[in-house]
Amino acid sequence: MLAAKKNNIFPGFGLSLGYTIVYLSLIVLIPLSAVILKTTSLTFPEFLDAVSTPRVVASYRLSFGMALLAGLINVFFGLLLAWALVRYTFFGKNIVDALVDLPFALPTAVTGIALAALYSKNGWIGKYLEPLGIAIAFTPWGVLVALIFIGLPFVVRTVQPILEEIELELEEAAGSLGANRLQAFRKVVLPILLPALLTGFALAFARAVGEYGSVIFIAGNIPMVSEITPLMIITKLEQYDYAGATAIASVMLFISMLLLLAINGLQAWTAKRTGRTR
Amino acid sequence: MSVATRFERSSATRDPAIIKALVLFLSLGFFGIFLLLPLLSVFTEALHKGFGFYLNAIAEPDTWSAIKLTLLAAGISVPLNLIFGVAASWAIAKFDFKGKHLLITLIDLPFSVSPVIAGLIFVLVFGAQGWFGGWLSDHDIRIIFAVPGIVLATIFVTFPFVARELIPLMEAQGREEEEAATVLGASGWQTFWKVTLPNIKWGLLYGVILCNARAMGEFGAVSVVSGHIRGYTNTIPLQVEILYNEYNYVAAFAVASLLALLALLTLVAKTYVEWRLKSETNAPPAIEGPL
Repeated sequence: MLAAKKNNIFPGFGLSLGYTIVYLSLIVLIPLSAVILKTTSLTFPEFLDAVSTPRVVASYRLSFGMALLAGLINVFFGLLLAWALVRYTFFGKNIVDALVDLPFALPTAVTGIALAALYSKNGWIGKYLEPLGIAIAFTPWGVLVALIFIGLPFVVRTVQPILEEIELELEEAAGSLGANRLQAFRKVVLPILLPALLTGFALAFARAVGEYGSVIFIAGNIPMVSEITPLMIITKLEQYDYAGATAIASVMLFISMLLLLAINGLQAWTAKRTGRTR
Repeated sequence: MSVATRFERSSATRDPAIIKALVLFLSLGFFGIFLLLPLLSVFTEALHKGFGFYLNAIAEPDTWSAIKLTLLAAGISVPLNLIFGVAASWAIAKFDFKGKHLLITLIDLPFSVSPVIAGLIFVLVFGAQGWFGGWLSDHDIRIIFAVPGIVLATIFVTFPFVARELIPLMEAQGREEEEAATVLGASGWQTFWKVTLPNIKWGLLYGVILCNARAMGEFGAVSVVSGHIRGYTNTIPLQVEILYNEYNYVAAFAVASLLALLALLTLVAKTYVEWRLKSETNAPPAIEGPL
């Protein structure tokens, strides 16, 4: 290992790293820096004004609140689903396993119109909820439904591999030491899964905060009620208020960066706990 | 023996039948309502006025130009990000240098940016009021509200897919095989084509499949830069939106069903490649263990 480190015999280091950095800068770093530069063209009071109008603040509350709620729901059901896929044999398991990734593969606009149709008054689900006085489509709850859809695979796919690697002997030992199944789960399995559950939650949350396509069709986009933050950026752009749009974008970018740091930390913690590399 | 059968055979790890039934009921019920129903509804809504109507909706000229634009955007962005992914993973996996972790984080960056912001940044750079806006309009070049903007936004949102599959794969494979090839006199390109590429081909394909699915399905980012000019700057997902907003629901779902089919195809291909990847990495005794 050390020898390879000191005398690397491969060619192409300059070419491959150079190309990587140039392409990364052109496509990602320079365009993203435009957000920061454009934001600095505002004075600080102007910036505060743009990012704290009541309508924008209402959108933060909705976006972050529903992303949080969807993340929690997905942690619970994602764990159950991962558990079923790893620990149980049942009919159709392989198909369920493959379809868990559907939200990654299905374009968000398709998700959006499908959910809007399902939960509207005449939809398959909506028509059963309407007599109960429950409205989902075109209310904030529609946002929640869409965010649950897109977040689920993040939790399942981070928990599943960790669950697969837990040695069966651990629980056998817990059992022979007198623990019942529930105790074995709470004291042995859950602590091992905790970092993965948190990582899955953070990934789902981060995705949900920025999500656009699957949400806007079902949200109804009522000002102060069911407008998500990414939609506020679009609205400002349509009014040619580029600085305002960019100011909101910079707030979102800042929060995304914090989440990214948190996720990296959580992944390092998972790796340490389980001895996995990534 | 699969993991599940092993757990179900040992009495210490077998869940009581009632627990198993409850977990399966809750998890599969949730899966059915939240994942399966939306997928099924796309196809039933698309076909509910009959197959003839369905075909007519797809045969619309605007839909065809949307399909062509989507193929163009994916056809440019996937190969570019493929070349980038190979270059980046070669540099990261085969060499040691400072700032490697920062580089990996930066490559993943587009995944943590909202698609709307991904579109916005190109408006800020190339839009009428953007950095190059004046120069571009002097030279009569349109990027925003035109095809180049759509391609750029697509490249941005699909940027990390190939690289993030290849980097861990190539790091796990180590450098010994390439070192042996080089010592035996192979040139850099020969080593790459004959040693590295066969080793990473399934991982590469996996990245390409995911990259392509996102490229063809992206909505938010292209929506910002498109300007929604019918027959000119609409991709398939944008065409779905336009039809839907015009209350042309059956046509919207018909076009959406093409994308849903693409998604299913993607999942089938992905599952197959995952299986190949697994069987290939398991073929020799796993060298994973703690290093």
